[in-house]
Amino acid sequence: MIGIEIAQEHPLDKIIRADRMPHIWCPGCGIGIVMRCYAQAILDSGVPIDQHVVVSGIGCSGRVAGYMNIDSYHTTHGRAIPFAVGMKLVKPELMTTVFSGDGDLTAIGGNHLIHAARRNVDVNVICVNNFNYGMTGGQVGPTTPRGARGTTAPYGNPELPFNLPYLLAASGANFVARWTTLHVRQIRDDILYAFTRPGFTFIEVLAPCPVGFGKSNKIEDGLEEMELYRQRCKLVQDGDVRKDDLSIDLREDKPIYIGRFADQDRPPYQPVKVEVR
Amino acid sequence: MDDRRLLTGMHFMNGDEACAEGALAAGCSFFGGYPITPSTEIAEHLARRLPEIGGVFIQMEDELASMAAILGASAAGARAMTATSGPGFSLMLENLGLAVMQELPCVIVDVQRGSPSTGLPTMPGQSDVMQARWGSHGDYEIVAYSPWSVQEMFDLTILAFNTADRYRTPVVMLCDEVVGHMIERLVIPPHEQVEIWNRKKPKVQGNGSFDPFRAQDPDLVPPMAHAGEGYRVHFTGLTHDEHGYPEMSAETHHALVTRLVNKIKVNADQIIRTEDYWLEGAEIVVVAYGCSARSAQRAVREAREMGIPAGLLRLISLWPFPERLFEELSEKVGTIIVAEMNLGQISREVQRVTRRPVTGVFHAGGEMIPPEPILNAIREAAT
Repeated sequence: MIGIEIAQEHPLDKIIRADRMPHIWCPGCGIGIVMRCYAQAILDSGVPIDQHVVVSGIGCSGRVAGYMNIDSYHTTHGRAIPFAVGMKLVKPELMTTVFSGDGDLTAIGGNHLIHAARRNVDVNVICVNNFNYGMTGGQVGPTTPRGARGTTAPYGNPELPFNLPYLLAASGANFVARWTTLHVRQIRDDILYAFTRPGFTFIEVLAPCPVGFGKSNKIEDGLEEMELYRQRCKLVQDGDVRKDDLSIDLREDKPIYIGRFADQDRPPYQPVKVEVR
Repeated sequence: MDDRRLLTGMHFMNGDEACAEGALAAGCSFFGGYPITPSTEIAEHLARRLPEIGGVFIQMEDELASMAAILGASAAGARAMTATSGPGFSLMLENLGLAVMQELPCVIVDVQRGSPSTGLPTMPGQSDVMQARWGSHGDYEIVAYSPWSVQEMFDLTILAFNTADRYRTPVVMLCDEVVGHMIERLVIPPHEQVEIWNRKKPKVQGNGSFDPFRAQDPDLVPPMAHAGEGYRVHFTGLTHDEHGYPEMSAETHHALVTRLVNKIKVNADQIIRTEDYWLEGAEIVVVAYGCSARSAQRAVREAREMGIPAGLLRLISLWPFPERLFEELSEKVGTIIVAEMNLGQISREVQRVTRRPVTGVFHAGGEMIPPEPILNAIREAAT
């Protein structure tokens, strides 16, 4: 007889809402990996769990707010960042994280994203970038590579994508990093690092969306996309990468640059206080 | 209370500034906004005043963000406000729906100007009345007040915060450019005369077991837990169960939306505010609100001086609509005249409720309706 021991507890039990499982994500989706890294970072942060708040917008990544067993706010499409800004300024002791997708944060929420980075509000953003609108069925968005196919670009995407690390660094974020779902330790470590950094932080995580993006672009499944990450990812060293090299096109055999792109000390936003005598 | 928060005494200021002082008196500690004529003085005044008392003033990148920011602030426990005019109000309606769905108290001040679109930025209008009522998608009820004086800009802003907190609902201040920019006497009362109604809080201690959307009281208002209090709440704009979890079923949706609507309906008698002048024995009643009620008051007084049995019903709250009041009024009076600076928005409601013709004194906006056309309508009705 083979001895099988079923674990009674999972290390993340107290921080994931088990009563919300199973989640809505498709097989091969990368969002769960990023959520797991975020959950681990919360546990490792030394900040009491009840001081952590997650705010998200709409879409598959936005559903993370519903699965985390912390104070969680699932807001409107694109508006997670300004909602989080209001919350953080009222209760600065809250460790406020926005967890959302590329469409939510950079298309409909793009204006809020650059202005929050410019103000340098002490909010951490985790952006899962799967190059498309997954929940609505694989439409192209501002991160879709030119020429890639989507359900709203059946002949190939005619538009050029955002280069998110440079957009955020140029807008003034104090910390900007990019990883892929292959880099679970680095994601956890950089979320932890973002918790300690005052000001606005932005972590982009490239993630497979086999049903929405992969299917239309000949990336057969999540594993194949992970393999592409493994083969092509190249860690940036300070200043050794040209800006246009940061663009991503999984269909071309060229490096995907990952790592930390900005780590600066611009003063974080503080509400004005005056003494009246 | 911080003595810089409540500037007790006699003042001479404009309506926008009085609104800002009313917000401070009510305990507002967060303002997120975007400049727009004719509401800008509210933001400017609070930019100077909130930092004096440890509150937060932030100028956001647009009205979409302003509205989202005050909801985040409210969810964290603050009394939060924004101020705008028609074009900005249009953008805020997206998250006004979120405020309804997540039951987040907040105050939105709309100092109305001539509309639609960019319209008449510096001139008055009253044409956002139906937008406030129906502008966000879906079925919901809203609370809206319509001040007619500088003093009321102050008083009703306090009431707006109290109502928002008591019923966990967004409240709209439907002001107009005339009231926003006119300068009048304002009396700010002493601390003990400022009534504050606080949010209903959970009776149980946190973690995970509290249901932030479970209404057990007859008022249908659930207690509210704030971020960082240990309750581990989930707030979503999706249809949700009493715990706050998304629940994609027709039954849950019907129950939720029905409660949200009934939450305002069952409390309507407590929310509705009206005022009347010379209504005793009146056969002709003028209905007006905001700056138009000032002209209507003059017209009705002059009609009375001519011996015409006219009266004035001034709507202080516009939404929820005082249906029972109009049903009763309809039994008693011969003619109902509605004077408003739009082409017939409240008059449509009056017709709906009374099921009878209503005389309209309408103007699309740009200048106050003067007393004369209202008096003419009264005289015509009297013949």
